[in-house]
Amino acid sequence: MKRRSAITLVSAALAFAALTLASALPSDAADKVDPVADAKAFRKFFTDKFPKVKLEDFVNGPYSMNEDLYRQWQEKEQFPPYEFSLEMGKEMFSKPFKNGKSYADCFPNGGIGIRQNYPYFDEKEGKIITLELALNRCREANGEAPYSYVRDEMAALTAYMAFTSRGKPMDIKIPDDPRALAAYENGKEYFYTRRGQLNFSCATCHVQSPGERIRAEILAPALGIVNAMPIYRSEWSGMGTTSRRFTTCNSQIRGVPLSPQDDEYRNVEYYLSYVSNGLPISGPGARP
Amino acid sequence: MRNMMQKSALVLALLAAGAVSAPAAGSEDEFKAAYAAAETANKEAGKLRNQWTTTAATLAASKKAAEAGEFDKATASAKEAEALAKASIFQATSEKTRWKELEIR
Repeated sequence: MKRRSAITLVSAALAFAALTLASALPSDAADKVDPVADAKAFRKFFTDKFPKVKLEDFVNGPYSMNEDLYRQWQEKEQFPPYEFSLEMGKEMFSKPFKNGKSYADCFPNGGIGIRQNYPYFDEKEGKIITLELALNRCREANGEAPYSYVRDEMAALTAYMAFTSRGKPMDIKIPDDPRALAAYENGKEYFYTRRGQLNFSCATCHVQSPGERIRAEILAPALGIVNAMPIYRSEWSGMGTTSRRFTTCNSQIRGVPLSPQDDEYRNVEYYLSYVSNGLPISGPGARP
Repeated sequence: MRNMMQKSALVLALLAAGAVSAPAAGSEDEFKAAYAAAETANKEAGKLRNQWTTTAATLAASKKAAEAGEFDKATASAKEAEALAKASIFQATSEKTRWKELEIR
């Protein structure tokens, strides 16, 4: 009798332990960094929300959200406003530095058709390297002064490099390295974190409200939003880099922007690019 | 009666003058304390990478008013800046976990 009671007690204890473990597992699993599942859910969210929009059209931002705007975009593409920047970028890209080397010496495949692989995780440094950062590092390594991350020269260079990748699917890799996963997760956290006096996150506009108006503008969906960078914005009357977009987004919600290419911005670009994998590069883009 | 009214008016005028001048004399110190508290809170928000543009603008307005000798106005702006900075700290702290509520899963 005593033995049976003991067995019952042990069984009950084991069952309790198993239940406790089982209840702990789902929350652990929920907190696990899983970029593949994230990207799948991200894409599903937007394709469910906008069933009429073709997947590859999400890269056209607000133009994909509205038929009239889409027609405007098609007309704009006849004489694209970013063309001058593209030509400037091509000329800059091919012009050698004072030491005789050029941008082509800094990049795989001479820098042509590689935009879809940026940003990437650098294993040596343990950090994310964006295309804008790689371009300035290339300049500095060759004795040239770095360009401003928010001005026309950087926009022109990235416009040309994006153009040579047009139509190629975004192809961001996350290596099996805890530092890469941490950078991805930090980028995700930045994307969803509310900031500024207006208490907006990136997601407030680009997940919760794409297709809706904020003042006179139609908000772009987050899916494929980086595939079109850099962009000509009519509002700016000029070109804008990814850095310019991030910093102005912050100030528009009354948050003090961080410095361009600070870790937070590099990480959020990594996150946004990864979840847009498979969608075509469409940069340079044009926006209202 | 008229004399009494005149006296009362004089007393009131003196009291009113006193009411204005007394805080004005002490308000520079009050401004300095309020401004320092606002700056400290804003620096804390900076450590959390979450300063607000409105905090900076209100701090600047406070300084400008103090430079013009308008210490009451400067103190009020500094207190407002401190409140804004503290709100940005609260936001940064609470968002450490709240951001997950917005995540697409």
